[in-house]
Amino acid sequence: MGSRSGVSATPVSNAGVSLTKDEILRYSRHLIMPEVGMEGQLKLKQAKVLCIGTGGLGAPLGLYLAAAGVGRIGLVDFDCVDLTNLQRQVLFGTGDVGRPKIEAAADRLRDLNPEIKIDTFEAHLTSENALDILKDYDLVIDGTDNFPTRYLVNDACVLLGKPNVYGSIFRFEGQITIFGYQGGPCYRCLYPEPPPPGLVPSCAEGGVLGVLPGIVGTIQAAEALKLIIGKGEPLTGRLLLFDALAMRFRELKLRKNPACPVCGEHRTITKLIDYAEFCGIRGEEAPAPPTTAPEITPRDLKARLDRGDNLFILDVREPHEYQICNLGGHLIPLGDLSRRAGELDTSREIVAHCRSGKRSAEAVEFLRRAGFRKIWSLKGGILAWSDEVDSTIPKY
Amino acid sequence: MAIKVIIPTPLRAYAGKRESLDVNAATVGEALAALTSQYADLKKHLFADDGRLRSFVNVYVNEEDIRYLQKDQTHVRDGDTISIVPSIAGGAMD
Ligand SMILES: [Zn+2]
Repeated sequence: MGSRSGVSATPVSNAGVSLTKDEILRYSRHLIMPEVGMEGQLKLKQAKVLCIGTGGLGAPLGLYLAAAGVGRIGLVDFDCVDLTNLQRQVLFGTGDVGRPKIEAAADRLRDLNPEIKIDTFEAHLTSENALDILKDYDLVIDGTDNFPTRYLVNDACVLLGKPNVYGSIFRFEGQITIFGYQGGPCYRCLYPEPPPPGLVPSCAEGGVLGVLPGIVGTIQAAEALKLIIGKGEPLTGRLLLFDALAMRFRELKLRKNPACPVCGEHRTITKLIDYAEFCGIRGEEAPAPPTTAPEITPRDLKARLDRGDNLFILDVREPHEYQICNLGGHLIPLGDLSRRAGELDTSREIVAHCRSGKRSAEAVEFLRRAGFRKIWSLKGGILAWSDEVDSTIPKY
Repeated sequence: MAIKVIIPTPLRAYAGKRESLDVNAATVGEALAALTSQYADLKKHLFADDGRLRSFVNVYVNEEDIRYLQKDQTHVRDGDTISIVPSIAGGAMD
């Protein structure tokens, strides 16, 4: 690229696009480095980027893309800000709790950079609306949190020929790459199918180090900016793994799968499909499989305890959860139950509980198979106990 | 021959909370068998009922995906690292 002559009284222009004096000052730290320069900054100004999700990954992404002067940023989200988001979703403040994320995010980004245009889509991305929403953007950044949407975003990007800057996180580990760039491998090349719902780690086994989406999201932002200005080596054909606990990056080779159903030689997917069905999920949310475990409601349990019934309370959560709050129960994590069932007395009446009722139902089913008969699962877990019986028990 | 197998975060709960494990094996298949014989709970997370590696779990020898080598027959040598990399979906995590 040729460098342009220095000071100019008129705005510098490129294909009819130019920077105002204010913009030149705002982006001066970009303009004075040759890798961006005026040419790169004008590319950024003309770029149209769609961020799917404004949560943990979308927050740092949105902030850096807006700050960098990406001319048009689309945001897709349907959620409202809640208190548990603030641990990592740095786009939002305490005053935003309860507001639609899209609205709070757009306000924050417009405040950060009023020179750019923010498009908002307050919607679930679906097979019906995805192509229409994606089609006007140059590149897509996937910051979603579930498998159906990830496969939907992938397929829509492949069908439209748009690069997809991908990032995903779990606890303290992240995966980052660019899919579908210049005919490169796609998400289905990497993972042909999602895990069945039963094998996805449950929310209780989840959690995320707050800064992790910040690191992964800013890597996605860096890759997006590089693609736009056309500099450097894009993170394509490589899967970057990051482990914040070990503070280590690793890189694996990512190859295009010739048998890929959406981008391979004999493609069988030529339009968007039903992604909930593909991921084995009925309805919008992954429903808990119906439990056959006998349950007791928090109110009934409270009544029985108040009556002085001699019930044995079994807590099947993890020790770190017990420290957050507990009902004074005997702690045996679900994963240890088969090994430690001997600690339990089959002749006693037992009420098992966890956070939300899912793990305790599993525990009760297991113990019934092991011969326990007088055993119930606390319906709704400690969350329901907090709602219905004792509001001093914190929820998490 | 000592082969290091790196266990990903989501599967550590089924592998005694270990981050990695050294096994003796000549192929990837043997290494994974050694792993699942020690940690039986891992098996259903790594393999489908027909015994094939699940399609949301990839296995790498050093940097290379075994699907593009000789799959579970891929030879491993002393000092090689096997990485198990399952698909994770999290992002916004609400
Ligand atoms: Zn593909």
